[in-house]
Amino acid sequence: MDRQLSRRRFMVYTLAASTLTVAAPLACDAPPAEGAEPARRSSDVLVTGTDEEMLVLEVTAANRIVVRLPRVEVGQGVTTAVAMMIAEELDARLADIDIPLADARTQGNQYTGGSSSVRSLYGPARQLAATARAKLVTAAARLWHVPARALRTRDTKVYAPDGRSATFGYLTGYAAAIRVPAVSARPKPASRHQVIGRPTTRIDARDIVTGKARYAGDLTVAGARPTVVARPPTLGGTVLSLDDRAARAMPGVHAVVRVEGGVAVVAETFHHAFQARDALKITWAPGPLAALSDADIRRRLRAAVPRLGTPPRGSAQVEGEFEFAFVSHAPMEVLTAVADVRPTRAEIWFSSQTPMDARDSIAEAVGLPAAKVKVHVMRGGGSFGRRLDSDAALEAALISKAAGRPVKLMWSRADDIRHGRMRPAGRHRIRASLAGGRVVAFAHSTASVSTAYEGKGAVRRASFASAAGPLPSDSGLYNFGALSGDYGSVGLASIPLGAWRSVDSGTSRTAEEIVVDEIAVRLGKDPVAFRRTTLRSKAVRAVLAKAAAAGHWGRALPAGHGQGVAVHEEYGSCVACLAEIDATDPKHPRVTRVVMAADVGIAVNPRGLQAQLMGTAIDGISTVLTAGLHIDRGAVREGSYADFHYARQRDAPLRFEAHIMPSHGEPGGAGELGVPAAAGAVANAYARATGTRPRRFPLNS
Amino acid sequence: MTVLSVEHHARKVPMPSYSFVLNGKPVTVEAPADMPLLWVLRDLLDVTGPKYGCGVGVCRACTSHLDGGEIQPCVVPVADCADREVTTIEGLADGDRLHPVQQAWLECDVAQCGFCQPGQIMAAAALLKRTARPTDADIDRIENVCRCGTYPRIREAIKKASANG
Repeated sequence: MDRQLSRRRFMVYTLAASTLTVAAPLACDAPPAEGAEPARRSSDVLVTGTDEEMLVLEVTAANRIVVRLPRVEVGQGVTTAVAMMIAEELDARLADIDIPLADARTQGNQYTGGSSSVRSLYGPARQLAATARAKLVTAAARLWHVPARALRTRDTKVYAPDGRSATFGYLTGYAAAIRVPAVSARPKPASRHQVIGRPTTRIDARDIVTGKARYAGDLTVAGARPTVVARPPTLGGTVLSLDDRAARAMPGVHAVVRVEGGVAVVAETFHHAFQARDALKITWAPGPLAALSDADIRRRLRAAVPRLGTPPRGSAQVEGEFEFAFVSHAPMEVLTAVADVRPTRAEIWFSSQTPMDARDSIAEAVGLPAAKVKVHVMRGGGSFGRRLDSDAALEAALISKAAGRPVKLMWSRADDIRHGRMRPAGRHRIRASLAGGRVVAFAHSTASVSTAYEGKGAVRRASFASAAGPLPSDSGLYNFGALSGDYGSVGLASIPLGAWRSVDSGTSRTAEEIVVDEIAVRLGKDPVAFRRTTLRSKAVRAVLAKAAAAGHWGRALPAGHGQGVAVHEEYGSCVACLAEIDATDPKHPRVTRVVMAADVGIAVNPRGLQAQLMGTAIDGISTVLTAGLHIDRGAVREGSYADFHYARQRDAPLRFEAHIMPSHGEPGGAGELGVPAAAGAVANAYARATGTRPRRFPLNS
Repeated sequence: MTVLSVEHHARKVPMPSYSFVLNGKPVTVEAPADMPLLWVLRDLLDVTGPKYGCGVGVCRACTSHLDGGEIQPCVVPVADCADREVTTIEGLADGDRLHPVQQAWLECDVAQCGFCQPGQIMAAAALLKRTARPTDADIDRIENVCRCGTYPRIREAIKKASANG
C-alpha cells in the first residue's frame, strides 16, 4: 500500500478572545466519497476563510477544553477519536475535553461519510492542540518568570520544575494574549504518542449506559409535539382522497396536514398521534412501481449488466453471476427531526451527515434564506449511510410550516423499512480467464437499481448518486492480468435508495472475493495460499497472513462446518477476515467465529477500530445470510425487524477477534472497511461448508 | 408525587389516572388505559432512556423492568402497571454507583451508537437475575437488536457481570 508520512503543517490562528481560542483550517485532503473532487495537495491548503470553516478549540476558565466538531457522531466513535487527538497534543485529561457537535455551517467541510473523518481531522486537530499547548506553556513561563522550555504539561495543567502548577483554565486568559509561543507548537512524533494508539473507552460510554445520552427524539423543544405520517402502501403512492374528521375529533390531536409523503398528524403524545393516524380514512393511488415485483427487477437487472468482452484466446473461464437484494439501513434510531419553522426563521434539530446541504434544502423548501435556517446536529442512533439524506428533516420542516407550530416528527419502524432508503439491488457478472495456471484476465460488469425522477412530484433530495468510477477490481488488488469492467443501471421512479456502509464495495468486492475462491479451487490451490501469491500489496498480504494464523486457517472441522477468507483494500487501509461457519443445517447456518486483521495506518483508538470491525462482521453475516428486502407489486414486503432479518445475538459469532497491525503511517479510513471482507469470508465459508456456490444474497431470506 | 395529564385539544375528556412506582418514586399519570407505557414514560414523564425502535415488541430497545421482570414498554398498556414498580435504565444504578451490568458495559466498551444499549442492559440485568451464571445458549436467547453489531461485546460484558455479581 502506498503510504506516505505526510509533512503537511496546518497553520493555526489565534482568535481574538478573552480565553485561549485557536482555530485550524480543516483540510479537504480526504476525499469525501467516491466521485468527489480529488484530494488537495498540501500546497493547496489555504489558510483563509472564516472561523466557520475551522476546527476551533477553546480553553475555558473552568478548565474545560471545548472543540465544536463539524462531524456527526452516529456510533463510529469520531468524538472519542478527536478527543484523544486533542488530549495527546495538549496533555489534557480526556475527561476535561468536550466535543459538542457543531451546528450546520455556511462554509467548509462538514461532511461525515466515506470513512473520511479521522483522515481529515488527524492533522488539524493535533496541530490545533499543539499550538494551544505551546501558548499555555508560554503564558505560564511569563507568569512565573521561568524559561518556557523548563515547563511540563500533564493532566490539563502546566507544571514548573519547583512543583508549582496551574490549570489550563487558570492560564487561558494569559495564553490568549500570547502571539508567538516560546516553545515548539509542532505535534509529537508518533513514537511519543501516549494517548493516540491506546485502547480507550468511548467518552460518552457512561452517558449511554445510564440512559443520559440524548438523541433528537429525546429533546424537549418548547411546543414541539409528537408527529407521525400516514404513508402509502406502495412506494411513491399518493393520496387520492382523505377524510380526517374522525382523526381530528380524537382527543389530543393538534393538527392534520397533507405532505408529499402522505398525511401528517400532530398530537399530544406519540400514542395519540399513532391512534389518530390509524383513524385517517385515506384512499391511495398506487405509486409508479405498482406493477413491479422482485422477479421483474431481477430480470431487468440481468438485461442491464453490460456484456463482458471476448476472453483471451485459449483461456479457460471461471465465471459467476451474483445477485444482491435491496437492504435497509434500519438504524436503531428511526429518522427523527424536531422542526420549528416560523414566517421569518426556522430551527431544526436532527442527526445529519450533511447538515450544510440539509440547511440549504430546507431553506429552499420552506421559502427562507439559508441564513435564516439553523440546523442543530444531534448524535444519531446509528446511520450506516442513512443520515446522508435529510428526508425526515425536510418533511418535519414542511409539516411545521403547514401546521404553524413546532413539531417532533418520527418515522415509525414500518416507515423506515417500507419507505427506505435502501442499498440498491444489483447484479454482477464476473469472469476470470485462466491460462498457464494463472489468471490472465479479469472482467467484472455490474448493474444496479438507480432512482429515476419523472415529472412533477420528484423531490429534490440530497443526492445519492452511484459514481461511475472504476470498479474496485480496477485498483489491481490482485495480479490478474488485464482488468476490465463496465456499469449498467435500471432506473426506477420513486425508489428510495441511499449509500449503505461501504457503498458499491459491499457487493462488488464481495462477489469478487467469492470468484477468487472459485479460481483457487479450479487451480487446485488453497484460497489463502492462492491469495498470498496473487495479491499485489505487501500490506494486504500481511493482514491476510495475520488473520489466517490467528484464525488457524485449515484446522480440522466437523462435516458441515467450514472456514472462509476474504480481503479488501480501500480508504488507504486494508483488512482480511476469516470466518468459520456451522452450516450443518444449510438453511440456518451460524457463523461461530470471526477473526479480522486490519492495517489502517495509525489506529487512533484501537478499541474503537475493533468495534467498527465487529460491526462490519455483523453486517457481512446479515447481508450474506438473512437480511434483504423484497419488492412486491411496488411495495416493500418487510416492515420491521421481525421480517427484515438483521442478525441477533444468536446469529453473531461466539468468538470475535480483531487484530490491528502496528503502523506509523497516516491514518486511513476504517468505518466501512470491513464490510466486503466480512461478507466475502462468510460467503466463502458457507460455500466450503456446504459444497455450494453462493450466487444470490441473502442466501436464506 | 408528580401528577401529569394529557392536555386535550379543544375539550377535556375525563381520563383514568394510574399510580405506580417509577425508579423508586411514586408517580401518578392521567392517561388512556391502552396508552403504552413507553409513551407514558417518554411523552408524559420525560423519562427518555427507554427508546422507541419498533413499537411492536420486536427490537426491544425500550426494555425495562416491571416488578423486577423484563418488559417491553411499547406493548405494555399503562393500566397494567398500576400499583406496580417500573424500573427504567435511569433507575438501574444505585445513585452514582453503577449496577454491575452497567459497570461491565463500561469495562467492555460495548456501546457504539448507544441507542439500543439501555434495552440491552436491562435485558442483561433481567437475565442475570433469573440465571446468575448464564450459558452461551442463555445469552443467545436475548432478542434485542443491535444494528451496530455489538453482540460479541454484549456477550463478553454479560459474562463479566456474571463473574463480578
